[in-house]
Amino acid sequence: MAEEKKLFKVKIDNISVEVEPGTTILNAARQIGGDIVPPAMCYYSKLKGSGGKCRTCLVKVTKGSEADPRPMPKLVASCRTTVMDGMEVANITSPEVQEARKGVVEFLLLNHPLDCPVCDQAGECHLQDLGYEHGADGTRYEFKRRTFEKIDIGDKIQLHMTRCILCYRCVFTADQLTEKREHGILGRGEAAEISTYIHKALDNEFIGNVIDVCPVGALTDKTFRFKNRVWFLKPVDAHRNCENPKCCGKTVLWMRGDEVFRVTARKDKYGEVEDWICNTCRFDKKEAKDWVIEGPRAVERHSVISQGHYVGVTKPKDTLTEVLDGRKPKLLMDIHNVSEVNRPGIDLSAIQGPAHSDDFNKK
Amino acid sequence: MGRKLLFDKAHIEGIRYYDVYRANGGYGSAEKALKSMTPEQVLDEVKKSGLRGRGGAGFPTGMKWSFIAKPEGVPRYLVCNADESEPGTFKDRYLMEFIPHLLIEGLLISSYTLGCNSCYIYIRGEYAWIPDILEQAIAEAKKNGWLGKNIQGTGFDLEIYVQRGAGAYICGEETALIESLEGKRGNPRIKPPFPAVKGLWDCPTVVNNVETLATVVPILRIGGDEYAKYGTGKSTGTKLISACGNINKPGVYEIEMNISVEEFIYSDEYCGGIANGKRLKACIPGGSSVPILPANLLLKTAKGEQRMMTYESLADGGFATGTMLGSGGFIVLDEDQCIVKNTLTFARFYHHESCGQCSPCREGTGWMKRVLHNIEHGKGKMSDIDLLWDIQRKIEGNTICPLGDAAAWPVAAAIRHFRDEFEWHVLHPDEATKRNYGLAHYADPLEIAAPAAV
Repeated sequence: MAEEKKLFKVKIDNISVEVEPGTTILNAARQIGGDIVPPAMCYYSKLKGSGGKCRTCLVKVTKGSEADPRPMPKLVASCRTTVMDGMEVANITSPEVQEARKGVVEFLLLNHPLDCPVCDQAGECHLQDLGYEHGADGTRYEFKRRTFEKIDIGDKIQLHMTRCILCYRCVFTADQLTEKREHGILGRGEAAEISTYIHKALDNEFIGNVIDVCPVGALTDKTFRFKNRVWFLKPVDAHRNCENPKCCGKTVLWMRGDEVFRVTARKDKYGEVEDWICNTCRFDKKEAKDWVIEGPRAVERHSVISQGHYVGVTKPKDTLTEVLDGRKPKLLMDIHNVSEVNRPGIDLSAIQGPAHSDDFNKK
Repeated sequence: MGRKLLFDKAHIEGIRYYDVYRANGGYGSAEKALKSMTPEQVLDEVKKSGLRGRGGAGFPTGMKWSFIAKPEGVPRYLVCNADESEPGTFKDRYLMEFIPHLLIEGLLISSYTLGCNSCYIYIRGEYAWIPDILEQAIAEAKKNGWLGKNIQGTGFDLEIYVQRGAGAYICGEETALIESLEGKRGNPRIKPPFPAVKGLWDCPTVVNNVETLATVVPILRIGGDEYAKYGTGKSTGTKLISACGNINKPGVYEIEMNISVEEFIYSDEYCGGIANGKRLKACIPGGSSVPILPANLLLKTAKGEQRMMTYESLADGGFATGTMLGSGGFIVLDEDQCIVKNTLTFARFYHHESCGQCSPCREGTGWMKRVLHNIEHGKGKMSDIDLLWDIQRKIEGNTICPLGDAAAWPVAAAIRHFRDEFEWHVLHPDEATKRNYGLAHYADPLEIAAPAAV
């Protein structure tokens, strides 16, 4: 006998919604949608156990439930707090929440290198969006930002530890999608870092998904590195019959003309993938003929990616090859031989504050 | 002489060993509980005693025990939190080192009450020699039929395991302790679910402090009602205080919670006054994470009443003019101590011990440490003081575990009560590196506001 499920009535910012018991506040808010959805940097609905760490989704529970109307004493992480019947939640209507969120954004950006101009994630970075929406226009941090020793985690994935916000998503991904997790968090506190134990390459059929789940540019695709800006690319839905039974084969190709620059999983409007894809699809199938193209991918209007309209693109004529007429281009001058700027011997990270030409003239 | 319940036989030579402990009435309470009482009756006695958790938060132990979920066929666990890492607190060390059988007896009674058949003592890594003492005591108890299968013919089984931590402050937080006990990285879990429902290996678990569990023994010996007659009000019984700092007699003292702070500091029975004839400047009465108080607010509350060594009296006035009893790490500072330096020391500790899981604590503790370092070393700005205040406000309450609050409170209280000293450090950077601010006005009697007209 099918028992009728009782739904819980929840009010978020004075908007009522009925959700199933066991739903988190964040997911209840997502059912309403719009501005009242708290931002989430570490929570990922597809990954069990994620969430609760970044604290950007803090909300105020002004009424606990119908049975116990007391408000909760502290702000709670909406991604990990389940709703109760009659609960009332304040998100954007609470100045306290806004203040706390501003603080969290400041903390997240404190040690972030803000190297967006050279970061491959720029344009689809959640931290960029978060900083834009909730951050202050300057930092009050006057100290050297933390740096890490660079480690190589294989020929497909690039790790930039300085950009990491320690959301643990990639750790959960490796735990839940692959048989053996080879990377994790080493060290504690400020020194905590994503790393492999005794510098190992991440090698697993599904490990490429850590690139998709990473909210910042800490884990990026080496095969796409410095190739193009995401907003110059045109995302199209595509699929192929993947030999791997666990891979759905449904992807987004990021194209310019008929060239495939990169392949990612399909992401919903909260930046979460709809289904996981395997490394073969992601890294090895980079030609349009490998794929059945379904049509353009709908990208949210506010996203910088949607600004790249490429209607009727024609491939620019490569004049150089014509001029060279089969000869190889010759290097006439190495810029490092004549210019002090970009001297390879100078470690940019050793300079405090923004780099200035004076820094190079000191010695 | 104050009445003692835990340390009443601590002076007897050889109390560390089973024979002496047993000959002096040891395991009497366990015998009474196991042979003549049901678990419900024991729980009732503990509830009647009004015992509050001695680990710092002061949550009623009886209530905590009654919260434990009791699903069929699922084991329950009792975990003894011996990860005593709060700077200034060293009371559990004394208990475990000198009267280990008291703890084992307490564990036995508590396990019987909760229906646990395995029990873990999670001890901090720095107490390298104590696990040996505990294990020896466990072996003695086992030989004499107080542990193992069918204890004293009652049919109750119990095994106690000692687990060493690796020396992390965060593993004193109960869920981080459970994670560490399971062999994982010591990151606090997100609550709910609480350990009483899903704790060690997803089974119902109770985590209690060493002193709390040891106190169960005298409660059963004299009865819950009798125990409740010790102390004052809701602060029943006795409390171990580990006193340190600029006092004549640092050490671990058992106090009945009915003496005043003044008596505790100046009487010869306890701290014996401030060392070298100096004057009292400030005190941190409950371990490094509780708010620091200047001398004038420490001895008398803002209402002008005498401040007592109880949970309520120390917390009188909230955080504006009060503090907390915490875990009983009583740190006394005399007029030669620098509050800025002291705050920096604590900030450095919390920065070092932050687990790095949630962002406010991971980033904020380091930031506070650096700003304080600047002020202490004569590079501070006036705006840094306000900045510090803002940082601590944004950490407090926004983190997964109480370590965020613990890191924020000392900084907040230092600025709240000793702002003058911070400003002096900023304005006189050269002088500040050579001498201390001194006692200043921190011991001056406070003006007591007249009660509002009704």
